[in-house]
Amino acid sequence: MTLATLPTRRDEAWRYADMDGVARLGREALDQWQAIDVAAGTSVTRCLVVGNDAPELHRFRVQLAEGASAAFFITNAGSDYTRVEVEVRLARGAHFEFGGVTIGGAGVTREFVTQVIHAEPEATSNQTIRAVHWAGATGNFLGEIKVARHAQKTDAAQDFKALLLEAGASANAVPQLEIFADDVKCAHGATVGALDEAARFYMMARGVDPATAQRLLVQAFIGDAFVSLYDAGEHERLLEAALAALEGARL
Amino acid sequence: MLIIDNLHTSVGDKPILKGLSLTVPAGEIHAIMGPNGAGKSTLSNVLGGKPGYEVTGGSVSFRGEDLLALDPHERAAKGLFLGFQYPVEIPGVSNVQFLREALNAQRRQRGEDPLSGGEFLKLAKEKAALLQMDMDMLKRQVNVGFSGGEKKRAEMVQMGILDPTFAVLDETDSGLDIDALRIVGAGINTIMRAPDKAVLLITHYQRLLDVVKPDKVSILAGGRIVETGGPELALRLEAEGYDAVMA
Repeated sequence: MTLATLPTRRDEAWRYADMDGVARLGREALDQWQAIDVAAGTSVTRCLVVGNDAPELHRFRVQLAEGASAAFFITNAGSDYTRVEVEVRLARGAHFEFGGVTIGGAGVTREFVTQVIHAEPEATSNQTIRAVHWAGATGNFLGEIKVARHAQKTDAAQDFKALLLEAGASANAVPQLEIFADDVKCAHGATVGALDEAARFYMMARGVDPATAQRLLVQAFIGDAFVSLYDAGEHERLLEAALAALEGARL
Repeated sequence: MLIIDNLHTSVGDKPILKGLSLTVPAGEIHAIMGPNGAGKSTLSNVLGGKPGYEVTGGSVSFRGEDLLALDPHERAAKGLFLGFQYPVEIPGVSNVQFLREALNAQRRQRGEDPLSGGEFLKLAKEKAALLQMDMDMLKRQVNVGFSGGEKKRAEMVQMGILDPTFAVLDETDSGLDIDALRIVGAGINTIMRAPDKAVLLITHYQRLLDVVKPDKVSILAGGRIVETGGPELALRLEAEGYDAVMA
């Protein structure tokens, strides 16, 4: 199916998107989905560093069969509009893990959009998103969780935290929960704040220079998104890509 | 080593220190006592360079340099250590990582070679043992989940590792039980009692001064040093109270 027109901000899922970036992506990019089917009892892990100097859109449609699991870990740190969408359908006992970081300045919008459909009972999902922005940049997380009527014992969680290093940067969190089953656990939380000045002073009082103090605090902050990434090499690659984006950020 | 001359400091619009003068030479442990609200914590924060404290007059010279012109991390590299009354929790950063970064940042600023991971761990282990602190605690996140007493002991482990020439210890004894007080006091003596070092020890109670024997005791009240004497001054305060002694 092709979209007749480009999405607009009236579309809920594109509400905070950079429409100029969307236009530059073009229609063709909007029709491309990457399908990932995970067979019963098996698992896949995807670790991605996305974003560059042109707009990017990455769309994944994931089907998890019974007892299957998928984990996505993504550093979204480009210097132009970058959007990652993941749609997941979970069968009985499946698990979906999502850890995402948007980080950057330069007035750029970076966003994650997830739709997690708990279609059958006893599936679990966990999403941890961290956003660190400055210089007029925006970080978005639009997270939808749908629990079907008979999907009892669903356990779904999403957690979004944003750290804005200076005024003018922004973060948008849109949690949407649609729950038709009655015996489920669905948790969601969103906070937006500034760097902990007390912690920064404490570090400086011990001799840590301001840039290193900021780096350590940001590293600790975004680390939550990758706690479930056990591949040490990939863990380091994603973390380093995020921290590299921090170079040149305001102190 | 430290010369404070006629220091005036405001927090917001409120003057807190009103002409404070104090000299602490090398080799001296100088206790500062005073009633609540006298400006004790303000003094330590100003010396550490905490944002929000505006110096409106006077000067502070540290080892011959204008201390107030330096950023907090530069003060640390020059050998100043600020022991916090309320050590800050830093989730997600381990003590080991934090302290190695801190020590090596100081060493770089002084033109010294950074310590390797192995060298640092050896040093950390030695200093932790001095404060009877388990190395496992140092691998945990900075002050997260530490009890009040553990935080204060961790402060002293940090001091041991960073090995400053001058320490400002702001109510390091608060929140300590009797045993922990002895351990912390002994730590201060071992780390800081030396002819080329000095300590400004801010405290409310004589009990710390029983372990860390001060050479001088000053009373800070109303934003100024109103009296300076020997260790006997602290004993008099303990026995008679501020009103009687300052009257």
